[in-house]
Amino acid sequence: MSTPSNRMPASGNVNGGGRRETKETLFIDAITEALREEMQRDPNVFMVGEDIGTYGGAFKVTKGLLEQFGPERIIDMPVAEEAFTGMAVGAALMGMRPIVEYQYADFIHCAWDQIVNVAARIHYRTRDAVPMVMRAPSGAGLRAGPFHSQSPEGWFAHVPGLKVIVPGTPWDAKGLLKAAIRDNNPVVFFEHKYLYRRLKGPVPVDDYACHIGAAKVQRQGTDVTIVTYGAMLQTALAAADKAQEKGISVEVLDLRTIYPLDKIQILQSIAKTGKAIMLYEDTRTLGIGAEVSAIIAEEGFEYLDGPILRVSSPDAPIPYSPPLEDYFLPQVDDVMAAIDKLSAY
Amino acid sequence: MQVKPLELGTKELMDIYYLMRLGRAIEDRLNLLYKGGKLPGAIYLGTGQEAIEIGASYALEEGDVLAPTHRDMMSQLPRGITPREVFLQHYARANSLTHGKGEDNYQGDLRRGTFATVSMLPNFYPVAAGAALAFKLRKEPRVAMAYCGEGATSVGDWHEALNVASVHNLPVVFVVINNGYAYSTPVYKEMKVANVADRAVAYAMPGVIVDGNDVVECYREAKKAVERARDGGGPTLIEAKTMRMRGHAGHDSATYVAKDIIDLWTKRDPIVRFEAYLNEKGFLNEDSKKEVIDRINAMVEDAVTFAEASPYPEPKEAIEDVYAE
Ligand SMILES: Cc1ncc(C[n+]2csc(CCOP(=O)(O)OP(=O)(O)O)c2C)c(N)n1
Repeated sequence: MSTPSNRMPASGNVNGGGRRETKETLFIDAITEALREEMQRDPNVFMVGEDIGTYGGAFKVTKGLLEQFGPERIIDMPVAEEAFTGMAVGAALMGMRPIVEYQYADFIHCAWDQIVNVAARIHYRTRDAVPMVMRAPSGAGLRAGPFHSQSPEGWFAHVPGLKVIVPGTPWDAKGLLKAAIRDNNPVVFFEHKYLYRRLKGPVPVDDYACHIGAAKVQRQGTDVTIVTYGAMLQTALAAADKAQEKGISVEVLDLRTIYPLDKIQILQSIAKTGKAIMLYEDTRTLGIGAEVSAIIAEEGFEYLDGPILRVSSPDAPIPYSPPLEDYFLPQVDDVMAAIDKLSAY
Repeated sequence: MQVKPLELGTKELMDIYYLMRLGRAIEDRLNLLYKGGKLPGAIYLGTGQEAIEIGASYALEEGDVLAPTHRDMMSQLPRGITPREVFLQHYARANSLTHGKGEDNYQGDLRRGTFATVSMLPNFYPVAAGAALAFKLRKEPRVAMAYCGEGATSVGDWHEALNVASVHNLPVVFVVINNGYAYSTPVYKEMKVANVADRAVAYAMPGVIVDGNDVVECYREAKKAVERARDGGGPTLIEAKTMRMRGHAGHDSATYVAKDIIDLWTKRDPIVRFEAYLNEKGFLNEDSKKEVIDRINAMVEDAVTFAEASPYPEPKEAIEDVYAE
């Protein structure tokens, strides 16, 4: 039961560069556009989730899609994450391309079993593709407490069979979501909710998809590399500005995809700067920072002029109270401290 | 253990009236504070649900435990949670029950028999069953009660909890507040059964429907279920039919709810209805009503002032208490 779209690869455009016509677009609108365009392009694409129809979703990402595509393609579900995730797997196996929206990334945990034990365990055994996208608003900074602020990408990146994407710009949000929808694997797509209505940036007006598994240098530099992704990209760029004032040239590498990881660009950047800081919002231990550090230690050891440093959230749940949350989240000053520390080497 | 009678006397009825009025006053103030940008986080209000929120948990005795969900702040008032504690929690202060770590209604105090629950629905249904299991194993005459909305009954955990509670004949009472909507989703898009209570058949337990705006009925049916559980009779499912009178959360103006539905349910306001009942019985008059309301207003005022004057936690507390000693 393979459909035309099953075989359509994501187009290249690794760095989204070149001189293209673009439009300033909000992060959230870039996501809505990707959904709209892919649903127009491929009749097999449909969405399930809670309150995504008339209400337009908890964050209004699907606003207007019900009107355009009708209730058979924008399907409201009861509160039943495990069930509608399993249903997406079933529909995907029958040749559809379901997109699942979770109201918050915190509620994707409720579908853990279907994602990890079902969606991610099919192709390996039978070679049957499970093309589905699981979208979830993640991230902290909005005083939303322990149950509406989590960044669980590390857990999912640890599951062979899943691809995990965390875009940091509107350009990549749209391009990577399109690529995810066209991909033949289960893809977990985290949208940092802090960026939804706060980050605006250029988005190509033509049809494009970004390459899953390709990082992107968001700022060129020569002295230190900050490897980051998601909303922390903004923190990294702010720190890079500050460091520039001190005469330190910081390169910012945006991973964009957590799994598969772009080893080559990570190593290329460290070969250039000799110094690496991992900056991420997920908790510290056994996470993405550890993985990137291991890659550098194993394959880029001779490039290093100093220790690999991690700036991350601590190993704790995310607290509600403003002073606690500010302490919890990595801040520009924390990155500056790491940059200063590396200056000694 | 059993102290409260099935048919309530003046003292208890006036106590319930006070708690309902207190719940309404706290929520009205939270709403104002939220709209005025005074609270860091969100609010989930149960306005219009006072009868079931307070009527059912009032049936618990000392030593029993309660597991509410996101909208059930008021259910904790009969357990002794105070207005100061409610506002401290919303203001995220160091001296709140969750030490500034938990948000909005996810607070509680085990010592007073009420859990600090979580947002994932209805994760405390199994936990309540587990508390009941502990009571059963230790042969203690104690009861657990869990609340959730009808939306949460679509989740597998809900069904699993009812099933295991039934199989193990646990002393637990499951209360479902059917308020018409799960966020923006109306009941007819959540389930095909006419009543949540109909699902009790699948777990061989009594399924009771109560008028969720009649506090006397809410109390009486909860009381029967609590004592049945205490006497070894096993779990009961209670469905309270009511209406969510505000948006899902503070940001939601609930334009998806028809105005005439709200108008209809406004006429059924559980507090106004209870006042008429108390009036008729001769327990309440304009003077005693004013006395209650004045007392409550002063308490709410004090609670807000106290919360605003209370300190935030020290930043480094963010990484403390992840593990027990
Ligand atoms: C497992 C899970 N999925 C999604 C949510 C997000 N959410 C919070 S409240 C709510 C609606 C719940 O409706 P209901 O159980 O009827 O309670 P009500 O809000 O009406 O009191 C949803 C979907 C959640 N808390 N838990």
